[in-house]
Amino acid sequence: MTESTNSERRSAPPGETGNTLVEPPETPVPEEPVTPPSEPGEKKVVRLGDRVFQSVATGSGIFVVAIIAAIGLFLLVRAIPALHANEANFLLSGQWRTGDPENMAFGIIDLAWITVASSLVALILAMPVAGGIALFLTQYAPKVLARPFAYVVDLLAAVPSVIYGLWGALVLAPVLKPVAVRLNETLGWIPIFADGNVPAGSGSNVFTAGIVLAVMILPIITGVAREVFARTPAVQIEGALALGATKWEVVRTTVWPFGRSGFVGGAMLGLGRALGETVALTVILSYTFEGPHYSIFDAGATFASRIALGSAEFNNNLTVGAYIAAGLVLFISTFAVNAIARWIESGSARGKE
Amino acid sequence: MAKRLDIKDLNLYYNKFHAVRDVTLQVHARSVTAFIGPSGCGKSTVLRALNRMHEVVPGSRVEGSVLLDGENVYAPGVDPVQVRRTIGMVFQRANPFPTMSIRDNVVAGLKLAGVKDKKRLEEVTERSLRGANLWEEVKDRLNKPGGGLSGGQQQRLCIARAIAVQPDVLLMDEPCSALDPISTLAIEDLIAELKKDYTIVIVTHNMQQAARVSDQTAFFNLPAVGEPGQLVEIGETGKIFSNPSQKATEDYISGRFG
Ligand SMILES: Nc1ncnc2c1ncn2[C@@H]1O[C@H](COP(=O)(O)OP(=O)(O)O)[C@@H](O)[C@H]1O
Ligand SMILES: [Mg+2]
Repeated sequence: MTESTNSERRSAPPGETGNTLVEPPETPVPEEPVTPPSEPGEKKVVRLGDRVFQSVATGSGIFVVAIIAAIGLFLLVRAIPALHANEANFLLSGQWRTGDPENMAFGIIDLAWITVASSLVALILAMPVAGGIALFLTQYAPKVLARPFAYVVDLLAAVPSVIYGLWGALVLAPVLKPVAVRLNETLGWIPIFADGNVPAGSGSNVFTAGIVLAVMILPIITGVAREVFARTPAVQIEGALALGATKWEVVRTTVWPFGRSGFVGGAMLGLGRALGETVALTVILSYTFEGPHYSIFDAGATFASRIALGSAEFNNNLTVGAYIAAGLVLFISTFAVNAIARWIESGSARGKE
Repeated sequence: MAKRLDIKDLNLYYNKFHAVRDVTLQVHARSVTAFIGPSGCGKSTVLRALNRMHEVVPGSRVEGSVLLDGENVYAPGVDPVQVRRTIGMVFQRANPFPTMSIRDNVVAGLKLAGVKDKKRLEEVTERSLRGANLWEEVKDRLNKPGGGLSGGQQQRLCIARAIAVQPDVLLMDEPCSALDPISTLAIEDLIAELKKDYTIVIVTHNMQQAARVSDQTAFFNLPAVGEPGQLVEIGETGKIFSNPSQKATEDYISGRFG
């Protein structure tokens, strides 16, 4: 059994994993003996089913790419006039004055900080937890326990983000207050734990937001990690066991080296999700006019929450264009992060011999 | 090192399925014992019971005893991890750790046992690779990944990895079945050398191979479909192949060997 899986893996040409969908499927070997092609240059026989499948697959692929390109183009076309009218440096300014189309000054640096900081806090918290859960579920838990447990983790993905927002703001923030104050007092000499632009005890800061985001991206990372860890070839695990490896040593010598890049890919998918999260952060993060202090106790707006909060202003094309420009940056970042994730993941699938 | 095995009344199960019934046999120290028989008769299952690898299959069960120089490896309180460190195993499909270097592959077992001394690891690497007839081929690329070797070399690397810890017994489950004839010969030569120092049990579906490498041969069979596999007879290899005492053995051997 394992033998055939292995040889298939071996024979797959490296670097072509991504193309499988659009490549013409191989002609199945016909049952009846085939007469050898008599005329040279005769066309290869392609079954109708294969042809239909090929065009459907190619068509859907092109369709998806076209939609993404259309969205990008739309964002770009709408953003350019606003960027021309902008009086501030779009990438480096922290202002957001967009109400009067004649006199606009806006930049994304503060949005970028809040977005990236809360997402990174989420990632740093979620990665070890997700990795631990996935290892537990695939390597340690008995089957009867693994199934329901995995199901519960997946359920986390089914909770609407607005509920996460309310939970974060009303339940988690008060609980975290003393923790935040304590962190700020003892580790305040490290810039990232220094005083933010709102009091550390306010609770509606990047710290709380990051923890909520961590819970939200946990099922994505766990799901991917579970899959890659479960794919560890049985012959490898048995090889380690036969050398006298304990369960944990099996994980260290085989499961982890095999799954590592897939796990990182899953984390990148989670990061993409965290960067784009809107509603929960709109509810949790309090609004402030003071710029960030580059601490996790900062409050403010992310790209997405800024856009959501600004919808009341959407009354002329230039103002809307300013928000769209911010959206474009978010689009490009999440797109890049997802592309990196896919790239790392596919690398983990083909890199092993 | 090189200990004897006494297998007594071994019954092996996968959940409800009774895979092997009532196996009793002796494996002598510093000799090669071959297990032959039709596919599915339980050769691998018995082999994997000897170093307690059978129990890693969920739902599996073992009855009976396996004595390693008189010590039951299934006695209560015996740690299976410890058993596997003293009874090494080589699998049908070569399975070096693909991301580890050749050197790290060889000493993986020692490192698991907690050996850190650089010089010792260096010595063991060379000794084991020489022991597996692989040293000359890989001595210049010990830091390259083990996955980059040919199939036959990978299997010899796995043998080097298994003998690096100087096990009391070496188990091999069809170690040549995925290899070309030249690599197969290399491994058979190696087995002949290794038996000077090790007790070897080898499962093979190739009867010429059993005849070439083993001192005694055990023939397993399935009495009927759905019934547990059984040991039909065990004896000196020359006798099993020339003058078996059981009709089933003779049928099997003449069917494919004669
Ligand atoms: N992991 C397993 N789970 C359930 N049944 C198994 C498993 N491995 C082997 N068996 C069954 O046990 C019997 C003996 O198998 P095996 O020891 O592999 O035979 P052999 O090595 O002689 O070909 C077969 O009927 C096989 O289907
Ligand atoms: Mg077998």
